[in-house]
Amino acid sequence: MDTHPANPPPNYTEYHPRWYRRRVSTYWWLGSWPYVRFILRELSSLAVAFFVVLTLAQIYALGQGAQVYAELQEWLRQPAVIALNAVALLFAVFHTLTWFNAAPKAMAVRLGGKRVPEWAVAAPHYAAWIAASAVVAWFLLER
Amino acid sequence: MAETIQLEIARYSPEHDQKPALQRFEVPLRPEWVILDALNYIKDKVDGSLTFRWSCRMGVCGSCGMMVNGEPKLTCATFLHKYEGKAVRVEPLRYFPVVRDLVTEISDFMRKLKRAKPWLIRRTEKPLAEGEYLQTPEQLDTYKQFSMCINCTLCYAACPVYGLDSEFIGPAALALAQRYNLDSRDQGAEERMLALAHPDGVWGCTFVGECTSVCPEHVDPAGAIQQYKLKAATHWFKSLLKPGG
Amino acid sequence: MPKTSNDAFFWGLFSAGGTVAAILIPVHLFLFALAFPLRWLLEPTYGALMDLVRLPLVRVYLFVLCSLPLFHWAHRFRFTLYDGLQIKHLNEVIFAGCYGGAVLGTAVAGWLLWTI
Repeated sequence: MDTHPANPPPNYTEYHPRWYRRRVSTYWWLGSWPYVRFILRELSSLAVAFFVVLTLAQIYALGQGAQVYAELQEWLRQPAVIALNAVALLFAVFHTLTWFNAAPKAMAVRLGGKRVPEWAVAAPHYAAWIAASAVVAWFLLER
Repeated sequence: MAETIQLEIARYSPEHDQKPALQRFEVPLRPEWVILDALNYIKDKVDGSLTFRWSCRMGVCGSCGMMVNGEPKLTCATFLHKYEGKAVRVEPLRYFPVVRDLVTEISDFMRKLKRAKPWLIRRTEKPLAEGEYLQTPEQLDTYKQFSMCINCTLCYAACPVYGLDSEFIGPAALALAQRYNLDSRDQGAEERMLALAHPDGVWGCTFVGECTSVCPEHVDPAGAIQQYKLKAATHWFKSLLKPGG
Repeated sequence: MPKTSNDAFFWGLFSAGGTVAAILIPVHLFLFALAFPLRWLLEPTYGALMDLVRLPLVRVYLFVLCSLPLFHWAHRFRFTLYDGLQIKHLNEVIFAGCYGGAVLGTAVAGWLLWTI
């Protein structure tokens, strides 16, 4: 309410209509395709956490000896686990793609007085992804 | 092209109704008509009690925003013939309280806009004798896109964070704050930072990005907010190195 | 310089973790969870892996790989709970659960990599 001295309260009962407020449904995120894509992107963080847990399990198993590590490898071969990991990989790649498309939005790089186009900011990210993946693969595959 | 088209329009009368209901109208389908023309036809010829906001009818005032088939649109910029063959559902903008029919209560947005301090803030004023503040085209280019906002609140109707948490300051207010932060004539970035680098400000945004999709002026509020997040985070980390405030 | 909301810190961690996750997780997950178990590619022997893991630089690399992405998850999942399940009133519990989980994971990673 405006209580500035230039606006004294009026000398009559103000008419205040009853506003209608619609409550937002718990399933708001199913309302449109962009919303669904958004929630899927957010759920990809679960794949990220899953990867960390998996990696920690691997490191633990390594420390426990060849036998325990072999048991973990056996567990990883089960079809259900393979399926789960395939889904996790899909979400991990989804995270990568959405992350590289989002990063240029936060970085307004200006060169020579003009804004660098978004693909030019995203490109080095993709290059780093390919390069880093190649390095990791080299470390793990040449033995 | 068919002769007529059906519109389903949300009606809400606070005197009689508990909640809104859809009412069907049949209007002529003229090739050059926009949804706003159909609404004015109904008001003139069919039901004079239909209540809605509009003004410039050319996409610059931001008054006529409504949900058309579930998407926030300026009704003066949305052609009727695009919906030929289907019913057109016109409802008030989402996530705002409804006053009557298609009119929303936007004082929450007005208050939040003020918090962003969308005006030039100077710590030191130049004396008049020294002339005006000059700006190069490059300096203008850094903030021009964010200055195109017409305060239509379509972005608020698209933002699920605003819909779920009415404390969130929202896309337009944050984009306009960034417009002034980037203006070379402005010295108020610090002042705005204190108000907006806040859980209800910039940190409430989860970059859904729908605000940018629906903006009729291509302001890209999502981009403005992500840039502001980076700026605010940098500011926070720098303030760790300079203790004492 | 007066300090603004601490959410900036968590967003910084979220960004760092998200970048590490985006660049490194796909190749690691592809190799260890699909290519090696399905025998598309030859897996390194137990001995070779142990030699690798014992290198100080690899320990640091794995620590970063396991810690930062957890903070990325913590921040993002916190907001998913706010908006997806609309349980923002459980703010303190969610905050503790998410970042606490990330801290716990980091501690486990640190201990495992120190003692292996």
